[in-house]
Amino acid sequence: MTTTSLAPAVSTLTIGVRRGGIELLQFMRDKTSLIFTFFFPAMLLLLFGAIFTDSYDLPGLSAAQVFTSSMIAYGVISTSFITMGVGIATDREDGTLKRLRGTPVTATAYFLGKLILVAALTAGEVVVLLAVGVLVFDMPLPSEAGRWVTFAWLFVLSVTSCGLLGIAASALVRNSRTAGAVLNVPVVALQFLSGVFIHPITQLPDWMITFASVFPVKWMAQGFRSVFLPDAATTFEAGGAWEHGRIALVLGAWCVVGLVLCLTTFRWTSRRD
Amino acid sequence: MTAINVRGLRKTYGSHHAVDGLDLDVEVGEVFALLGPNGAGKTTTVEILEGHRRRTSGEVTVLGLDPGHADRHWRARIGIVLQSTSDAADLTVHEIVRHIGGCYPNPRGAAEVIDLVGLTDKSKAKVRTLSGGQRRRLDVALGIVGRPEIVFLDEPTTGFDPEARRQFWHLIRRLSAEGSTILLTTHYLDEAEALADRLAVIADGAIVAEGTPATLGGRATAEAVVSWSGGHREHAADPVALIMRLVAEGADLTGLTVTRPTLEDTYLALIGEAR
Repeated sequence: MTTTSLAPAVSTLTIGVRRGGIELLQFMRDKTSLIFTFFFPAMLLLLFGAIFTDSYDLPGLSAAQVFTSSMIAYGVISTSFITMGVGIATDREDGTLKRLRGTPVTATAYFLGKLILVAALTAGEVVVLLAVGVLVFDMPLPSEAGRWVTFAWLFVLSVTSCGLLGIAASALVRNSRTAGAVLNVPVVALQFLSGVFIHPITQLPDWMITFASVFPVKWMAQGFRSVFLPDAATTFEAGGAWEHGRIALVLGAWCVVGLVLCLTTFRWTSRRD
Repeated sequence: MTAINVRGLRKTYGSHHAVDGLDLDVEVGEVFALLGPNGAGKTTTVEILEGHRRRTSGEVTVLGLDPGHADRHWRARIGIVLQSTSDAADLTVHEIVRHIGGCYPNPRGAAEVIDLVGLTDKSKAKVRTLSGGQRRRLDVALGIVGRPEIVFLDEPTTGFDPEARRQFWHLIRRLSAEGSTILLTTHYLDEAEALADRLAVIADGAIVAEGTPATLGGRATAEAVVSWSGGHREHAADPVALIMRLVAEGADLTGLTVTRPTLEDTYLALIGEAR
């Protein structure tokens, strides 16, 4: 028995990475949520791209390309915010969290595992959406390194803010069966308000743009457009520019808000203790 | 040395006292059974000891630490067998046992634990395909994979068939022989009698009796019932003396029986008094 106390504890980082592996394995085996999470945004993109075929007054810019870049924001939200929120509600209900609570797995290790899951799924989602954009709508992929640098920090900030907000939102969800429906309401509403489904965003009333500017979605969509569309397309943005600084600021602020909400609202169990 | 030490434990929900002034001592290496009707406070007590619930008041130490402020090092030394779970449905038995084991500093091998609980032929099966009894055995495997110093089992054999219960008892004796302290709650009196070194009966949130299975509630010294032919029946503190007298009197002793109260009789009397 003495060997137990002498052996060093397994580090939170190691456990977190292993949690990430086991989370991915479980997600891949749940075919329904796999298909829904990955292919729903791709299907929406195909539909929007096929419906809105008009092109803009810019050479080489089609509506489908605009939708592709905006829809990446939707894909990121779907795989990070929704997967996180539903996943934690499910873990709370099926006993996963209760089990882990009785082991040396810390909350940090558990969340690290979830963030690894969400980052991997989101990367896969972006690849699927880009494949649709490139293969179906002839969207050119940027060749300048600077645009991919923008993509990288935007991806990290988007996944982190949406993932943390998903953790916080899971506290509001009563049970996992309704989690998907409950969490999708603000997500779908914000897609419309933020010019993901409606482009250019300048078609929206000013108050709507102002309201949407408080939330991350508008800035994520704008950011992904800045990666994949020519700079001349800034004429279709509310601010007339890509506003990278402001995008980073708003998403960074949401990361902080999400972290604070997580720390204050996260519950290991659903019942009173 | 005590593994578990509880003094004046209280847990209150509104005006309801789920646990109401409970005292408990469990020695290192002991198998201790907590008996009691539904709603008596067994699960609440065990969950407070496991660090799953907060207490309203009282002093609690488990392995020398307060479970209410326990860290991961303490959690590495305890093993919890959960009561009803449905997690890890898409993983195989081997995958989840290996994964949970990997969180502990000095785990047992996954194959070894799976063998211990008798699930070797289900090792590669998805957890969702297990029967209720197999699922419970997996829960036991996950509770002991970390080589815990103390194992908590809350109604571990509910839903087991008789053979599975015997196998489970064998497993508990083996864990105990290896030095683990074991605290289990159960509805089954034969289980408590077969496994426990000591047991306590809990009713209305407090311990009403405590002892070994043979002595609980004055069982060893309780009056025996002597009955013999012709519907005769007599209570006797010393049944041997009574029988000697009957023999001397030349009574017809065909059909003679001497019965002591069973653990069940004692238990029912104890929780009856508490009501």
